[in-house]
Amino acid sequence: MTTLSPIETKIHPALGEWELPTFLPEDQLPSREGDRVIQFREALREAMSEEMRRDKRVMLMGEEVAQYNGAYKISQGMLDEFGPKRVIDTPISENGFAGMAIGAAMYGLRPIVEFMSWSFSLVAADPILNNAPKMLYMSGGQWGCPIVFRGNDGAGGQLGSTHSWCVEGLFANVPGMKMVIPSNPYDAKGLLKTAITDPDPVFFLESERMLGDKAHVPDEEYYIPFGRARLARAGDACTLLSWGRPVHFCMEAAEALAADGIEVDVLDMRTIRPLDIDSVIESVKKTSRVVVVDQSWPFASIASEVITQIVERAFDFLDHQPKRVNTVDVPTPYNKHLEHAYLPNADRIAEAVRSVVNA
Amino acid sequence: MPVTTAYEAKIEHISILDEHGKFDKALGAPGGKPILSDEEVIHLYEQMSICRKLDETAYKLQRSGRMGTYPQNKGQEANAVGSALAMKKGNDWVVPCYRENAAMFMHGLPYHMILLHWMGDERGNQIPEGVNVTPLSVPIGTHMMHATGIAWAFKLRGEKDRAAITYFGDGATSEGDFHGAMNFASTLKVPVVFYCQNNQWAISVPRSQQMASKTVAQKALAYEMPTVRVDGNDIFATYLATKQARERAVAGEGPSFIEGVTYRLADHTTADDAKRYRDPAEVEAWLGRDPLIRTRMYLEMRKVWDDKTQAKLDERAATITSEIVAAADGIDAPTTDQFFDHMFAEIPGDLRRQRDTMRTSSIGQNPEQAGLRAQAERV
Ligand SMILES: Cc1ncc(C[n+]2csc(CCOP(=O)(O)OP(=O)(O)O)c2C)c(N)n1
Ligand SMILES: [Mg+2]
Repeated sequence: MTTLSPIETKIHPALGEWELPTFLPEDQLPSREGDRVIQFREALREAMSEEMRRDKRVMLMGEEVAQYNGAYKISQGMLDEFGPKRVIDTPISENGFAGMAIGAAMYGLRPIVEFMSWSFSLVAADPILNNAPKMLYMSGGQWGCPIVFRGNDGAGGQLGSTHSWCVEGLFANVPGMKMVIPSNPYDAKGLLKTAITDPDPVFFLESERMLGDKAHVPDEEYYIPFGRARLARAGDACTLLSWGRPVHFCMEAAEALAADGIEVDVLDMRTIRPLDIDSVIESVKKTSRVVVVDQSWPFASIASEVITQIVERAFDFLDHQPKRVNTVDVPTPYNKHLEHAYLPNADRIAEAVRSVVNA
Repeated sequence: MPVTTAYEAKIEHISILDEHGKFDKALGAPGGKPILSDEEVIHLYEQMSICRKLDETAYKLQRSGRMGTYPQNKGQEANAVGSALAMKKGNDWVVPCYRENAAMFMHGLPYHMILLHWMGDERGNQIPEGVNVTPLSVPIGTHMMHATGIAWAFKLRGEKDRAAITYFGDGATSEGDFHGAMNFASTLKVPVVFYCQNNQWAISVPRSQQMASKTVAQKALAYEMPTVRVDGNDIFATYLATKQARERAVAGEGPSFIEGVTYRLADHTTADDAKRYRDPAEVEAWLGRDPLIRTRMYLEMRKVWDDKTQAKLDERAATITSEIVAAADGIDAPTTDQFFDHMFAEIPGDLRRQRDTMRTSSIGQNPEQAGLRAQAERV
């Protein structure tokens, strides 16, 4: 068990005093293909553990993260390796520990705050929305909040409306923080490592439904820069874009569409703030058609924002009005098939693409 | 025995220098030597007087439209100065609410910045390097959690001779954040001092409507924290209680709680009119318990103060105050560029575009508008 000895390094969060990772261009990152197949949750754990080994200011706190190894076993074994001073079980008080993380970050630590679910972050609205993203601004650049807030987002599978929040639409409205929503283990690891080293507050949204997903994750260390979308599949009939779990539905839909001879670009945005709108525009200029898939409510959603930006920047390139596929505008249903119908799915996505392509 | 006593506690109340100027020697001067030297008492008296003068000035500035809403400290100054003296300037951290101007000043935050903040300028929160005071917290209660986090970081970083103090009102103790902060602080045993300025009112809500508890101090019992009630208008009592709390904190004994019983002699803020909800007799009674009056009595009793020194102090306070106002007034209006300066460690592309757009008149902004002229010239 390691103990935390006094830290000598400067605590001011301004850029330049952090050891920032080297960001390699996409084509120089380690391969996505290989046989080191691990789960999404293990990828998250590797990212946290590697950064905690590298930087002793980094710590993990949240409900059940230590003794219980995490409510979703993401932090399995981390208590054993890092000890109770750096992997901390907190009382059930999201507001409390999120607020404390701000103080700790202001004084030079780099907390990772795990919310069992982002749905529960709503009782911590003040620290995460009203304080952390504004601290640097409000203090005239004196104190930043290098905190990663992470947890499960989106319908976890029949958990009921108050437990199935997609907070991204609501939270992305707030300036001063960064938002990451990975769709696969490879990206999750590289993006979480970047998030932990980032000098600003980062909201990192995972999905309970993907924690068991398996994929190759390379042995070598790598960091994925924020604000770069990944082209998951190429085609020129339509631009299909999403982030997080619905990217998989888009890929399914793309497969089905390909059988009918419709080839689409599928863009995985990976980060919502910053948003790689340039890649979207580039694709739209090629395809002239766009469908945005977003698993949060439609009104004032991220889809609305993406489409607004497309219309602002590439209106003349469009051959059909943009379409979006959101959830239905109701609280997340408890019932199994209603929940499925409520969420974006491959069928609805394929239908939306057909409607813009065949017009 | 079916019924036994599982827990018993008492809340002590400390008073050393009372409203009649009566000084308790046993507590205030053990072994014959006062716990605050005459020089220290004069220093605190000056600090309270300057703070009071600034309140008056700020009130006038607000009434003449030169300042936004301002919360006066009037009547509560002894809480701030006694506790601030007991904490180590430049070493300990002060996590304030908004009614302890003198504590922030004594810990190094220039008054003109405090004024600038209330004049509606974020740059008043641009705390100078080396000053361990965090920006004013307006969302009630949220900052207590930050103080606990800061103190926790001291502990994790192994910095033993450091403590934090946080100030808040009686009303703030109803917030969940208060209980979160208290619970974390005591569970993790961090070096933080919780200082409640119980001024009897939360805007128009009296303490009796805020809580059923007889004292605020007893709330700390639930968190197994040393807790005490002091006469908040008595600099000796506020100093002593804070000094003891700090000693426990740096000795690794964890957090402490202090309830300073005091009174808000002014309105809640300049946007309020307390006459609408307070009994004038109550205010009248508390006017007699003003910390300035009794501190002066003490100094006169010690024969280190008279009308002449008082006249000099009044003059000094007036000069200092006008200098503070001039300094705050002399700061150039911010340009729209400054919206963007501290959004992120490095400005992202979309914000840069917004910033650059705002520099032109293309979005309907007339650069001649107040605050934009300087920017138009800069480009
Ligand atoms: C979270 C939150 N709720 C409400 C308010 C509005 N508000 C400002 S001051 C105040 C009363 C605070 O009373 P108290 O804590 O006793 O401090 P005092 O003003 O008496 O010093 C309230 C309700 C606020 N600023 N923040
Ligand atoms: Mg009050």
